[in-house]
Amino acid sequence: MGEMEQLRKEADNLKDQITAARKAMQDTTLQEAAASINVVGRVQLKTRKTLRGHLAKIYAMHWSTDSKLCVSASQDGKLIVWDSITTNKVNAIPLKSSWVMTCAYAPSGNLVACGGLDNMCSIYNLKGKDGNVKVMRELAAHTGYLSCCRFLSDSEIITSSGDCTCVLWDIETGTQKTIFAGHQGDCMSLAVSPDFKFFISGACDFTAKLWDIREGTCRQTFGGHENLSRINYILDLCKLYDLRADQELITYQDSSIMCGVTSLAPSLSGRLLLAGYDDFNVNIWDTLKAERVGVLAGHDNRVSCIGVSSDGMACCTGSWDSFLKIWN
Amino acid sequence: MAEALQQQQQQLEEDEEQPQQQPQQQSSTEETPEPDDGAKENIKTTLSRSLLSMRSMSCVESEDDSPNMIVYRKIEDIVTCIQDETEGVPIRTVKSFMTKIPSVVTGTDIVQWLMKNLSIEDPVEAMHIGTLIAAQGYFFPISDHVLSLKDDGAFYRFQAPYFWPSNCWEPENTDYAIYLCKRTMQNKTRLELADYEAENLARLQRAFARKWEFIYMQAEAQVKIDRKKDKTERKILDSQERAFWDVHRPVPGCVNTTEMDIRKCRRMKNPHRVKKSVYGLVEEGTQSQSPTHTPSHLCRKGTKEDVEKEILFLNTQLDRHCLKMSKVAESLISYTEQYMEYDPFITAPEPSNPWTSDDPSLWDLENSIREPSQQRVKKWGFSLEEALKDPVGQDLFLKFLESEFSSENLRFWLAVQDLKRIPQQEVAQRAQDIWAEFLAEGAPSSINLDSHSYERTSQNLKDPGRYSYEDAQDHIYKLMKSDSYTRFLRSNVYQDLLMAKKKQFETEQGRRTSLEKFTRSVGKSLTGKRLTGLMQSS
Repeated sequence: MGEMEQLRKEADNLKDQITAARKAMQDTTLQEAAASINVVGRVQLKTRKTLRGHLAKIYAMHWSTDSKLCVSASQDGKLIVWDSITTNKVNAIPLKSSWVMTCAYAPSGNLVACGGLDNMCSIYNLKGKDGNVKVMRELAAHTGYLSCCRFLSDSEIITSSGDCTCVLWDIETGTQKTIFAGHQGDCMSLAVSPDFKFFISGACDFTAKLWDIREGTCRQTFGGHENLSRINYILDLCKLYDLRADQELITYQDSSIMCGVTSLAPSLSGRLLLAGYDDFNVNIWDTLKAERVGVLAGHDNRVSCIGVSSDGMACCTGSWDSFLKIWN
Repeated sequence: MAEALQQQQQQLEEDEEQPQQQPQQQSSTEETPEPDDGAKENIKTTLSRSLLSMRSMSCVESEDDSPNMIVYRKIEDIVTCIQDETEGVPIRTVKSFMTKIPSVVTGTDIVQWLMKNLSIEDPVEAMHIGTLIAAQGYFFPISDHVLSLKDDGAFYRFQAPYFWPSNCWEPENTDYAIYLCKRTMQNKTRLELADYEAENLARLQRAFARKWEFIYMQAEAQVKIDRKKDKTERKILDSQERAFWDVHRPVPGCVNTTEMDIRKCRRMKNPHRVKKSVYGLVEEGTQSQSPTHTPSHLCRKGTKEDVEKEILFLNTQLDRHCLKMSKVAESLISYTEQYMEYDPFITAPEPSNPWTSDDPSLWDLENSIREPSQQRVKKWGFSLEEALKDPVGQDLFLKFLESEFSSENLRFWLAVQDLKRIPQQEVAQRAQDIWAEFLAEGAPSSINLDSHSYERTSQNLKDPGRYSYEDAQDHIYKLMKSDSYTRFLRSNVYQDLLMAKKKQFETEQGRRTSLEKFTRSVGKSLTGKRLTGLMQSS
């Protein structure tokens, strides 16, 4: 047996052991443990505001930490900052490249960022001296499309890319501080922990990885090796993983849903999970019982992005129908 | 119940690899009988059993696991079953006026079949799924360009597998031009162009002015081929062809289901499998590809080094201490229970949700520092993290620490948090300032650090960075949490605030001590479990 063969066998053997060890920890399922909890009941959210102004598909949106402003990115080549309560456009920023895939709002509210097929992350200063919004930095080094970006502060931002890496940038100097490499497929999204010490990236290699921002290392990987014989890319479901149990807790799926999930957002308590789908709807799941407890219907095309404000009061959905809707 | 068919569909794909799972799946189907309708149950299990025993009936290659193909495979399994002679819908020829309408089924029949076989209770949901399947191009209303499914007596027809989306059709405008041109050559009223089609044709004539002769000739050739076919067959094929174009050149205002997310396009593995012409035309000249359709760079294959790294990683993972599911589930459940009253989607906020009532008084209340609500004050008691997250809570905690002469801890923690956010060029100086203020010999706000952390920190400062104080900060945080914070929660300052609002709502609580009241109210919402310990274990 060649050396490669042997190594692969060793890796597979370890994966088997890990699977067995995880199974041994499964003394119950989340659903069983939650069986005695009261049902959360039907959740009915209504559209309170519709944000009109984009001329093409909306690909991404992100709330500001003040829970009132939000930013959206559309293939019409614009980044719009909205006052979601009045539905006024606070800023309409024209982009150099219209193939934008992601946008982000800095926690301070001073900056927004976006990127896409131009392989760059462009940072815009909203609080410039003369009132004009200008490009502050163009972070260029990725060799693939920019799929997602999230600010740690006004000084640092993390990006995920189709080149299979995630990068921590210093915005001031425009340089890469840390490169998080390890995924074997396009990185599609990332989420930062509330304490800003870790982030999780999801990629097309069917895995999600937990990274230590300070150390630059991958702490945990989820998914992927659980299906040993063949990787099943199952589209129409969401899975919840727990970091401490290091395995999957529960799956959210329903036979009457047949299309892919595009975006996810938990409610403030974590009891509800709002998921946007290709069939133009948002399904609301009870995270503990894996039951659908509500549906948000109102968009005329795919829901591409979703976000719950930090005070938990409002959910914003963005769609290929060029509108954003605020629900609660 | 609803999961049964989904499991079975998954089972179809996993059938080869994991046959031992099959008995489990089957028994779960049998364990969930619908008590009301025994006959219905029999039909359903018969169908599901035949689905189980058959391979996937879809035309999609079983190896193709790109996202769209997976969905097409699922749809095609359903579409094949729905046309089954015994278990499917009644497809028949309908006599109408002087003509016969071949091979049709009513909308109601389709909706009923979907409800029965996909275990859908609500007909609206069945119509929703049916509309999605129609929009992809698998069946269509014979009298409408808009592809949707309604629960009515209107007639629908199934699409020919030749035109199925799984064949990767990306028809060019030349094809569409040929099609519209061909339609104008036929003299039947039912084949007249709709307004939007006439507009499209006019536009294409302008765009293809130079090669219109070629297009016209192709259209004539197609008409000749069509004429040779049997009349009934032509009716069916004409409608199927029209439905194909309804998918690829939809009515203005309808969703174009062939549009792909640009990220998916970038990852297309087999651009050569794309078919460009339904009429068999070979492309001429260079293909102009939009930037979204160039295939993405391939990821490099794993090298020996990669596998070695993976083994290292897997070993770490194997050695990692993990919690049992029951513990994790318990902690998640109690967290959500604790926060549910703060979740506006579950518990209506007081006085009202500004989004629904258009009354901003809730936000005004939150911003006023003078009177934090009792609910808000209670939240500070969940964890130190919550208290510090809220500026009012943080302020109160700081004041409490000042009264105990230990405020330097919190001020150090805040300074280090700030250090992690400032611009890079200010980091070195600020790090030194922090040292001078909190850690140096004779520092004005000297903090109490164990010798080990002290050594590590002073080493770090030789090359100061954002994370130079991580260890020290963790240590101080733990100190505050276990020591000052617990005293804070019992302090008069905190308790007074917590009780201040309660006086309005109290009836006859009388002589119970404030501590008892506090623990009672906390106990109620936390179902008597010791949560804070569990919550902070990570």
